[in-house]
Amino acid sequence: MNLSNYLVLASILFAIGTATVLLRRNAIIVFMGVELMLNSANLLLVTFARIHGDLQGQVMAFFVMVVAAAEVVVGLAIIVSIFRARGSASVDDVNLLKN
Amino acid sequence: MAILRLLELAPAQQQAASGFLQTSAWLLVAIPLLSAAFLLLAGKRADGWGHWVGVAAPGLAFVLGLGVTVSLLGGDAATRVRSLHLFSWIPAGSLHLDAGLRLDPLSLTFVLLVTFVGTLIHVYSVAYMDHDPSRRRFFAYLNFFIAAMLLLVLADSYLLLFVGWEGVGLASYLLIGFWNHETPNAVAAKKAFVMNRVGDLGMLVALMVMFASFGAVDFTTVFHGAPGASAGVLTAIALMLLLAACGKSAQFPLQAWLGDAMAGPTPVSALIHAATMVTAGVYLVVRSAPIFEGAPNAQLVVVIVGGITLIFGAIVGLAKDDIKKVLAASTMSQIGYMMLAAGLGPIGYAFAIFHLVTHGFFKAGLFLGAGSVMHGMDDQADMRRFGALQKFLPITWATFAIAWLAILGIPPFSGFWTKDKIIEAAFVGDGWRPWVFGLVALIGAGLTAFYMSRLFFMTFHGTERWTKDQHPHEAPKLMTVPMIVLAVGSAFVGGLLSIGGAFSTWLEPVTGHHEHAEPVLSVPAITVATLLLVLAGAFFAWRQYVVSTVPVTPPLASVLTRAARRDLYQDEVNEALFMHPGQYLTRSLTYGDRRVLDAGVDGIGRLVAGTGELLRRWQNGYARSYAATMVAGLLILLVVVLAFQS
Amino acid sequence: MTQLSVLLSLPASITSGGNVSSGETALFWVLAPLMVFGALGLLFARKAVHAALGIVLVMISLAFLYTAQEAPFLGVAQVVVYTGAVMMLFVFVLMLVGVDNSDSLVETLKGQRWIGAILGLGVAAALIGVIQTATFDQARGLTTPNADSNPVGVARVIFGQDIFAFEVVGVLLITAALGALVLTHRQRLVPRVGQKERADARVASGGRLAPLAAPGVYAGSNAMDTPALDPEGRPIEESVSRVLRTRGQRRSATEVEAQVGGTSAIEPAQIEPAQIEEGTQP
Repeated sequence: MNLSNYLVLASILFAIGTATVLLRRNAIIVFMGVELMLNSANLLLVTFARIHGDLQGQVMAFFVMVVAAAEVVVGLAIIVSIFRARGSASVDDVNLLKN
Repeated sequence: MAILRLLELAPAQQQAASGFLQTSAWLLVAIPLLSAAFLLLAGKRADGWGHWVGVAAPGLAFVLGLGVTVSLLGGDAATRVRSLHLFSWIPAGSLHLDAGLRLDPLSLTFVLLVTFVGTLIHVYSVAYMDHDPSRRRFFAYLNFFIAAMLLLVLADSYLLLFVGWEGVGLASYLLIGFWNHETPNAVAAKKAFVMNRVGDLGMLVALMVMFASFGAVDFTTVFHGAPGASAGVLTAIALMLLLAACGKSAQFPLQAWLGDAMAGPTPVSALIHAATMVTAGVYLVVRSAPIFEGAPNAQLVVVIVGGITLIFGAIVGLAKDDIKKVLAASTMSQIGYMMLAAGLGPIGYAFAIFHLVTHGFFKAGLFLGAGSVMHGMDDQADMRRFGALQKFLPITWATFAIAWLAILGIPPFSGFWTKDKIIEAAFVGDGWRPWVFGLVALIGAGLTAFYMSRLFFMTFHGTERWTKDQHPHEAPKLMTVPMIVLAVGSAFVGGLLSIGGAFSTWLEPVTGHHEHAEPVLSVPAITVATLLLVLAGAFFAWRQYVVSTVPVTPPLASVLTRAARRDLYQDEVNEALFMHPGQYLTRSLTYGDRRVLDAGVDGIGRLVAGTGELLRRWQNGYARSYAATMVAGLLILLVVVLAFQS
Repeated sequence: MTQLSVLLSLPASITSGGNVSSGETALFWVLAPLMVFGALGLLFARKAVHAALGIVLVMISLAFLYTAQEAPFLGVAQVVVYTGAVMMLFVFVLMLVGVDNSDSLVETLKGQRWIGAILGLGVAAALIGVIQTATFDQARGLTTPNADSNPVGVARVIFGQDIFAFEVVGVLLITAALGALVLTHRQRLVPRVGQKERADARVASGGRLAPLAAPGVYAGSNAMDTPALDPEGRPIEESVSRVLRTRGQRRSATEVEAQVGGTSAIEPAQIEPAQIEEGTQP
């Protein structure tokens, strides 16, 4: 098996994450799609670390994980406060920036 | 024949003005100009006495002009052309033009005529415009006119002449439309100005050709270079100058404005449209003698134009009932005579100018008389409503009669000495020309006699045909005195200046000495024929307008009379040939501008706005579509980068 | 502890550097479809909780894959941080928001479904295309960097080259925590009503502070139609049944006293039959 299979898998997961962001209305599910995209990027990094024989890729994936964690914290706090204010967690409700 | 003209001297040989009077000649223009400015700026408080300032200005100019003339007469003939340098005007590359004045017999003749007749008419206007609240403004415009006219005749270059030319055109417009609260007056002023403008175009083209051929536009250089230029160039310049002269002097084909110009106050008609401004065209032709003499074809055209106009004016004058319009047609016709004479070459120049001077006197006298009649008849101008006014306006009748006899050419009055000489000069030459021109001039004299007599008899004799409540009364002294002076001039000026050919000799430095040439008919024959025709014309007029009763409404008459009443359809022709096509052109151009150009530019604007409107819908506020846009952009970028890499 | 060390020493045997062993192949081909299935579950599930479960599946599988790829530290971190903390956080928020929450399948934005599908497929196609057309070096494997075990190697890089990034990320985490606190802080718009405040309010409104007395308490009689007296001696109207009051069958305390012959400290003038009130309960 080629190591590029991992890369293909990562791409597929990335695409599914993108589709989730575009197609789902619930803010939390959209957020989970973003997490999926981040994870697929991590997989990609780890695979390349293995290909190049350099741990830098893993370190990068580690940092991505940390930052993703911080991002989730803040993002969910925002979603919760929006939900408290509006009673809905739909992404389509924040449309006041329209023309 | 050796024609020594001081005009054609090389620039180095020109004599400068000398002596106090001559060097102050610029005051001739400055005094009326300053007076005009003062009167315009002085405001209402000057309304009570401003007109006297206005009268004083041309008076002073006349005195100064007389002084300059005497100083010139003091020397011998060779020193009678002087130039007075004023200032360096246009130092622009290859054109270096100085502003200056030329003091020579021709210009001084005009100066004296303009200021003398002008002063008389100014005095007349004090009384004529007595009831008008804008009298001060009237005098300001009159003074401005005097200043511009003097600049025109005194200029030493065509460009400075053009400045005066435009100035008199402006003054004419302002004065014709003086009572511009009545729309017809404003329209008449506009018509005069526009037709003048067509003539001015000729002047400009002539200036340009002159500059291209001679490199300068001042008289000295142009006249010095004229003998050496080709006939084609000279013909072109001459024809363009003729066009300018036709515009200013109301000659065919630019004659339609003069009749309408009678909408202005009568002093204006007397001064501008009889004695002075309309003669500027003749001045131009005579002044440009060296150019015309190098272009014999242009001279022929001048004579033909003069001939056509004199018959045209006579025919129109035969049928008009408005006293001022008849006099306007008469002016047109008399200037036709002058043009005819000027086109004949050196034999005719002196008589053209001489006739111009005498015409100035008697035509101004006739106009002032008409003004006096209108004043006495409550501003009525229809001659069919006059009649038997001799008893009521005796002074007017007497002055009018003298001027009438002068214009007919009855000896010993002025007109005889000048018009007959023109007819004689017309009969000089070879081939068909003398016969045609001579006969035209002769017939014109007969027609002139008829229509002027018609005017005289319809106004002062015959039966009373007045409208109700008319109380004809004589004019006040301020009006009658100028008329008397002009009548004296009409009577004697011609005879006096003809003694020993004094006037022709006086003009020789400008026109050149010509040997007397024999006309194809003998001189006595011409004189007798002229007199007979004139007396016949007067007799027929007497029979029709004194012996028979004059109908109050114009009777149905022949085709020619009806046409003459409508100015021989001049307005219709002008409109059909020029106005309608011009308006059509303007309309189509504005249509093109609006529909094509503006639509194009607006279309681009609308396109941009429309595109913006379409694109605006993209911003729908939904985060997901923005996310979709971002992903799409990312995808496109990726594809593009990859495509370029491989 | 020993299990951990065994775990950490495993990489050498399972993966052997850049070469992919058959065990790894099998692991991959089992996990990959599962992961895709889980991801699709995230995309298509109606209930939010199902989606969460789908992504949890993906994350755990990823942990397996990391471990197989000679990144055991990262695999553990994936389980601990991502699946354990981040996804649990998601589930908590889901519960806060409403665990039964389900999206309607009707798409509100016109054409968004098609756009989403096309773009998703497009992204996948672009990336896979790049991968397929790229040529890779022979995989080198992480045997050498992992010589002292993977965590040590990673630690060497983090605390060596990327120490500054590490510190910054620490600050970031603190800031994120503070941020979450600030964001979810609810400003009290009205003062908190505690027991003291309630009691004060009751007193201030002037209503009944003590419980209602039974009819006849403090009175000379305990009949139903006789009002009770409050501590000041005034009759308490509400202690008599409203029906009796309406019928006018209430007897005043002084009447009763006269009948009964009792004494009390009540002055006759103080006692007035009160107006019939439809008073509120204290």
